[in-house]
Amino acid sequence: MGVRGKVLGLTGDEAVAYAIKQVEPDVVAAYPITPQTIIVERISEYVANGEIKTEYIAVESEHSAMSACIGAAAVGARAFTATASAGLAFMWETLYIAASCRLPIVMAIVNRALSAPINIHCDHSDSMGARDSGWIQIYCENSQEAYDAAIQAWKIAEHPDVLLPVMFCLDGFVLSHTLENVHTLPDEDVKEFIGERKFVKVRSHEGREVPFVLDPENPITIGPLDLYDFYFEHKRQQVEAMKNAKKVIVDVGREYGKISGREYGLLEPYKLESAEVAIVGLGSTMGTAKVVVDKLREKGRKVGLLKIRAFRPFPYEEVIKELEHVEVIGVLDRSLSFGAQGGPLFLEIRSAFYDFERRPLISNYVYGLGGRDMPPDLIMQIFDDLEKIKEKGRVDVLLKFIGLRE
Amino acid sequence: MTERLPGWRDIPIGGVAFKPSEEYKTGDWRVFRPVLNKEKCNRCYLCHFYCPEGAIKVLDTGDIEIDYDYCKGCLICVNECPRGALESVQE
Repeated sequence: MGVRGKVLGLTGDEAVAYAIKQVEPDVVAAYPITPQTIIVERISEYVANGEIKTEYIAVESEHSAMSACIGAAAVGARAFTATASAGLAFMWETLYIAASCRLPIVMAIVNRALSAPINIHCDHSDSMGARDSGWIQIYCENSQEAYDAAIQAWKIAEHPDVLLPVMFCLDGFVLSHTLENVHTLPDEDVKEFIGERKFVKVRSHEGREVPFVLDPENPITIGPLDLYDFYFEHKRQQVEAMKNAKKVIVDVGREYGKISGREYGLLEPYKLESAEVAIVGLGSTMGTAKVVVDKLREKGRKVGLLKIRAFRPFPYEEVIKELEHVEVIGVLDRSLSFGAQGGPLFLEIRSAFYDFERRPLISNYVYGLGGRDMPPDLIMQIFDDLEKIKEKGRVDVLLKFIGLRE
Repeated sequence: MTERLPGWRDIPIGGVAFKPSEEYKTGDWRVFRPVLNKEKCNRCYLCHFYCPEGAIKVLDTGDIEIDYDYCKGCLICVNECPRGALESVQE
């Protein structure tokens, strides 16, 4: 086994900062916001100490942070930023520009609830709000996954078939501020895995095939006015890139497994063999849920879980493949879509099964808003509820709130 | 004359312009056209300097010429001309 490296005690934020230090992007432009702050603090320390040659741009807002990353990425630099909650909301306009200009920016999202009332704790309403912006979204279960995603993200984003920005998400406080053992790779292994950023060729206004990067020697214009005659075609290209990303995420995850011993895919099934009921979810809660599944399995109950790692692109076919034998599915959402039938993940899962000949019963459980705790006994309750639904043969209440006071 | 536009597979990604902007004639956006009265013009060239499109050229003869292929009819030139040598005429 050729896996090298050392185990470090790191919080989720520190793990991300450490990985970014090893990647050593050309530019980091960021504005601090709880619970992301430690990431940018650590990176600025690395820069100030001369440990990395990264250009650190201390901007006055998240809108500027993303704008700086867009400019940097357009001239060929590797650009990184990190944010949370209101910071991501403030980036709204520029998120779309980054994705539409096909710039492989990488961003860490430390999931936090959106105001009002003001709340600094974890839920997924910030990143779920950005799900249609054209960014690839990867959700992490623990600090190890956050460290690993911070390295893989560059290879996914910069792949010539993809060229889309990647946001990887880790739960605020639950992961960001909690110390964990994290297996790290040696610097040189990370550098070798990432390699140099390469550029595809595009046709310029001068009719020449030139690298897709702003360069005075080979001038191009990126993202100018685009009206009803071409805008639609450019959106269709983004659809294709997102489709291609599915294979690339799997390939990169497999390749990463070879240097780290930890292989990644679009999703992670856990004890789904012979499972009759299962929960689907994402983020740190899936770690707790695995413990609950273990306990219930010991008691002979046929339960399992499916963790979604890539939410964009959403792995529809893969979800069906993993869950086709399951009779009742409980979808866990840590955010709301007010006025919809359920949370964002629920809508995807339910839609995935529409064309499937044997549709399972699917129920939605919204939990953990504003950092409300999700202890094992609440997850146990969900499994109890799923088994009841199975006995009854129908879902009476589609959307239930877990851990809410009535 | 309608030209068949390329499909999504055949255009560069990222909204990269694959034709020079000169090929995009913006003159047809115009509602009002600035028209020069050469008799009144004293060649101060304020119109040339103020034109945001660079559509007013100074010729070798020293005369000015308005390029109606690109003049969008903003009429800044009409406003700036100190001698009233530019007149606005509806298209």
